[in-house]
Formats: sequence, structure tokens, C-alpha cells
Amino acid sequence: MTAVLAARGLRKTYAVAGSGSLLARMLNRRPPSQLVAVDRVDLEIRPGEAVGLVGESGCGKSTLARLVSRLIAPDDGEILLDGAPIHGIEPNRFARSPLRRRIQMVFQDPTESLNPRFSVREAIADPVRLLMPDGGRKAIDARVEKAAAQVGLSPDLFPRYPHQLSGGQKARVGIARAMAVEPALLVLDEPTSALDVSVQALVLKLLVRLRREAGVAQLFVSHDLNVVRLLCDRIVVMYLGQVVEEGPAEEVFRHPRHPYTRALLSAIPRLPGTPKPPPERLPGEPRSPIDPDPMACRFYGRCPRQEDFCAVRPPALAELSPGHRARCHLPVAVEAAGAEVAP
Amino acid sequence: MSAVPLLAVDDLTVSFRTRTGAVKALEHVSFSVGRGEMIGIVGESGSGKSVTAFALMGLLDAAARVTSGRADFEGRDLLKLRQGELNELRGRDLSIVFQNPRTALNPIRAVGTQIADVIARHDPGSAAKIRARTLAALQAVRIPDPERRARAYPFELSGGMCQRIGIAMALACRPRLLIADEPTTGLDVTTQAVVMDLFRDAVRAGGASAILITHDLALASEYCDRIVVMHAGHVVETAPTAELFRHPRHPYTAKLLGSVPSAVETIDDLAPIDGSLPDLRRADLPVCRFAERCERRRPVCDTAPLLPEPCGPDHLVSCRVPL
Repeated sequence: MTAVLAARGLRKTYAVAGSGSLLARMLNRRPPSQLVAVDRVDLEIRPGEAVGLVGESGCGKSTLARLVSRLIAPDDGEILLDGAPIHGIEPNRFARSPLRRRIQMVFQDPTESLNPRFSVREAIADPVRLLMPDGGRKAIDARVEKAAAQVGLSPDLFPRYPHQLSGGQKARVGIARAMAVEPALLVLDEPTSALDVSVQALVLKLLVRLRREAGVAQLFVSHDLNVVRLLCDRIVVMYLGQVVEEGPAEEVFRHPRHPYTRALLSAIPRLPGTPKPPPERLPGEPRSPIDPDPMACRFYGRCPRQEDFCAVRPPALAELSPGHRARCHLPVAVEAAGAEVAP
Repeated sequence: MSAVPLLAVDDLTVSFRTRTGAVKALEHVSFSVGRGEMIGIVGESGSGKSVTAFALMGLLDAAARVTSGRADFEGRDLLKLRQGELNELRGRDLSIVFQNPRTALNPIRAVGTQIADVIARHDPGSAAKIRARTLAALQAVRIPDPERRARAYPFELSGGMCQRIGIAMALACRPRLLIADEPTTGLDVTTQAVVMDLFRDAVRAGGASAILITHDLALASEYCDRIVVMHAGHVVETAPTAELFRHPRHPYTAKLLGSVPSAVETIDDLAPIDGSLPDLRRADLPVCRFAERCERRRPVCDTAPLLPEPCGPDHLVSCRVPL
């Protein structure tokens, strides 16, 4: 089965303004500093699959989501959508490409991402007009109505503007707009972080229903591991631009192998009565993503398990059990990671 | 909890004047905080958690009116204090950590100076003494290299670091009550865990009491001794943490627990709460503000007044047909 999306060796860097005067910088032979946002990431999503992309702010997860949805262009690497290469297409040309409708994005803040001057109907119709104009107005209206019904938006809301909608309704408009062009893959960037828990539950259930009924694959970017656990088949953990662990969701949750994943899981607040891993706190903060040391493990300096050689030998992403990979010289043993203590 | 609580809020009612009518933001809110106790106020947005904190701190907007209630703190009613008295109290006996550390800190003053300002206001002394206390305050929140960090401006520090400054500032004069209004919103989970541990340890070390305001039930359950659940400006349930999660008695608390991703095994167990908060400007607000979303509604739910009833040790519920 061809993957809906296959990305290989994706890399995105940003030049950082150097210090010192312009003259000093011009005389300086050194290349300008580079912020490495995404560093040679491979990502594959199969049809109908839900993949969770997690990590702390600044780890590059949103940049990766924007790269694969081609809102920005990669410096290096390839992206295949349904087997067709899309990495070379310029972002503003890709916006009008017929391939655009296969991959759609749902943004973080439903208030910020809706045009305040578009009614609900116009917001959902806009991508359809641009990407699936054939069939004229009738066909467009039919698609809008179908997408609205899919997400449970009543047609009574069609004439309303974003400021007349609740947070949950706006989130549903954002999802309907993406679903209206029948994508194969939805890229969701923290779709529920601006919502209250009661509304979040509604939106999460809706996303699962869309996957079950419409078979749309989902790349779910989130910092909330509990949400990812409920929604995703597979989890990809990023740290400072690199994938540090990936594997089946349940497995990564039960037996995290990378020390960072373990610390991340241990930091989630848990309700009384739910299994709780021993507390583990990470000292300090992630290192700077600017000009990272190519020889050191990115987690070096914060890692509770580090040895001296971690600073001079970069670990590779290695398969530890079928489908479960971790980038670590000293992965956590399954027994230790699986030991859960009741509160 | 000792016999006389540190803070006793009784029947607090607050409304806001707006162009479209009065918003009844808080109604008959009552709860207490014992000495050395850490309580959590949890609820969704619009439940009145932050308004409660602001009312206690005397920080309500000019459009707000406290129409009834008292808040006894060490023999004084916080709601009746004059501005001068309030200024003496705030920062010294009573302090707050705000939600967004970047906007709560002054962007054009070094963070150490901002902490020193609080100390100098309440406990004037020689410059050297104030400086020493400032560094001690930074050390208390485990800021590495405090001498250098004291000279930093907020923009030079990460979000987690800024929030530690906020906590250091709030704790600088060893307050007896610390209010934290969503102190970790916007922070990563790993940073959140570190900041919350610090907050708890600092509160305990100073023998202080604390109110943690949060929308995150799991977070409140990990750090608080007792939890106050709010919905649409009402306190619906108050109970010791373990008891609240084992035996929620108010239908809203139970539903809230069912909608939290961390509380369920699979997505199919996750249950959204039907309906939404009632419009708090309505003249015909029901006696129980959850009634319109509640499956257990009976005619008796509409008879006033709705009072918190004891339903277990230290457990109060404001519901006519509790679970």
C-alpha cells in the first residue's frame, strides 16, 4: 500500500542574524549562524492512519507539519504525496495545484485562523471554489453542506460570522473547511489547545469519527500526550529538530525507550487512581537549536542517563523492536520503563 | 484543617456592568483555605475562577461591583479594605502569580530590580540587604546563576524562567496566602512539572497556604489537598482531592471528569458535556446554573435558594439531586 505521505530526509533551517556590526559580519568569512528547525526527518503516514507528533515548543513539530503541508519549502529532502513528489513545487504554486486538496491543514486557534469577513458558508466554500470548481455553484453548495453535516454544523449557522460563533463551533468550521475538498490527509496543528475540556472532548470524538467514516489519515501535532494517546495509532516524538522516538502509540506509552520520552510521559499530570510512572524531572532547558553540535546527542546535558561518549558520538534512530525506533546510545530497558507504580 | 481557616470567603457575589446588561459573574461563592493548605479552584473558562482571585486581591475591573459577601483573612475583610490597607497587605501577606509571566513582568526593568521593588516596599532596608534577599528569592526558585539572571530583562529569559521570577516575586516577602492563576498555561509539560514542584515546595517551606486556579483537573489533583469546582459563577462542589475523584456528587463534576482525556482508557469512553454555559447576562438565569445542561433536572431544582449541603467528611455539594 502506498503511503499517503512519505517524507525523507526533510531539513529546514533559518539563517539567524549574526552579532556585531554589518561591516564586521561582511568581513567575517564564517557562514551565518543557522537555526536548525527540522533536521533530516523521515515521516510516513499510511492511508487512514493517525500519527501523533509530540514534543516541546521549539522542537520543530509545527515546522514539520508546515513542511509536509507545503506551506513552506524544505531546504533538503523529499516529500511524496500519494507517491507524487511535491517537495520541489513552490508554496504559492502548490496552493493552486490539484494535489493541494489531498492534504489539508487545521490550525491551532480557530479564532485566528478564520477570516472574520467570511461567513461560515463562505469559509467552507472558499477552498472548494479554488480547488474543486467543476460542477458550478450547485456542486459547490452540495460539498459545503456535506462537509458541514460531517462535522455536525447546523445549516442555521451558515450566514453567521466567526464572532457570532462559540469556540467549539469555530473549531468545527475549521475542520469542515479542511474536509470539504475530501483530503486524504488532515494535518492538525494543536487543534484543541484553545478549547475547554468539555468542548475538546467533542472535537476529539469528531476527529475520530471522521477517520472511521471518511477514512482520512491524520497527522496530529500536539503537546498533550493524553490526547495523542486516545487518538493516534503511532507516535513520533521530536526533540530539537530530530525524531528521537517513534512507535505504536500504546507501546510508546507503556515502554518509552528514549529518556526524553520517559521524562515527557512522567511530567503529564495524572488523576488519582490512574497508573503513574515515577516522577522524573528534567534539569535545565533544551539547548539552543542554533548551530547544534553535529557530534553530540541533542539531549546531552539534560539527559539523566548520559555518558561522556554521548557528547562525541551522535546516536542514530535504531529499531529496538518491530516498528519501535529510538535515537539513543543507552535506551531505557523495557522492564524498567514498564514498571508502573500505583499512586 | 484547623478550626479557624486562614481565608474564609462567604457569599461572594460580583457582577459586571456592560453595555448589554449586568453579567452575574459570581453568585454566593463560599469556600475556605486552611493554614498550610493548598486548594485548587477548577472550572472551564467563564466559570469565575479568575474573577474570584481578582476580587480577593482587590484587582477587579472598574466595571465590577461586589454586591455581597465577605472574605475574612486574618481577622480582616479583604473586600472592605481601603486602598492604602490593601497596598500594605498585597505582596506582603497576600500575593498572586499571574497567568502570563511575560505580560505580568515589566519589560523594561531587570527582573532582579522588580523583585527588589517588592522587598523595598514592604520591608525597607539597606541596599545590600535588599540585594541579598533578592538573590535568596531567586535561589529559592532554583534559578541557576542568580547574580547574572537578576540583571536580565524578561525578554532574555524563557517562559519557564519568567514564571519562576513571578513565583520568586510573589514569595519574596513570605506571604501567608499565595494565589496562582493558571501559572503554567503556555508552558511545556516538562517545564510545568518543574515549575509546579517549585511552587509547591516554596509554599510548603514558607508554611504558607495557596490557591491554585486551573482548568486542568489532573494538575489540581496532583498538587492540591482540596478542590473547589466552579461552574458559571457558582461553586458546585468542594471536597478533599481523593474524595472528589472517587465520589463526585455534583453531576457537573462527574461530567467534567468524563470529558478529561487523562481519565479515560479509549476515545469511546470520552463523553463531551452537552450544551454550554448559560449567558450570565440573562435575567431569567435558573437557580441552578447547570440545570439546563443536566439530565437529572427535577422541578425541585428551580426552587431557591440553592445552598451547599454537606454530603461527606469535608464534602459540600450544591445540588438538589446529587449523585
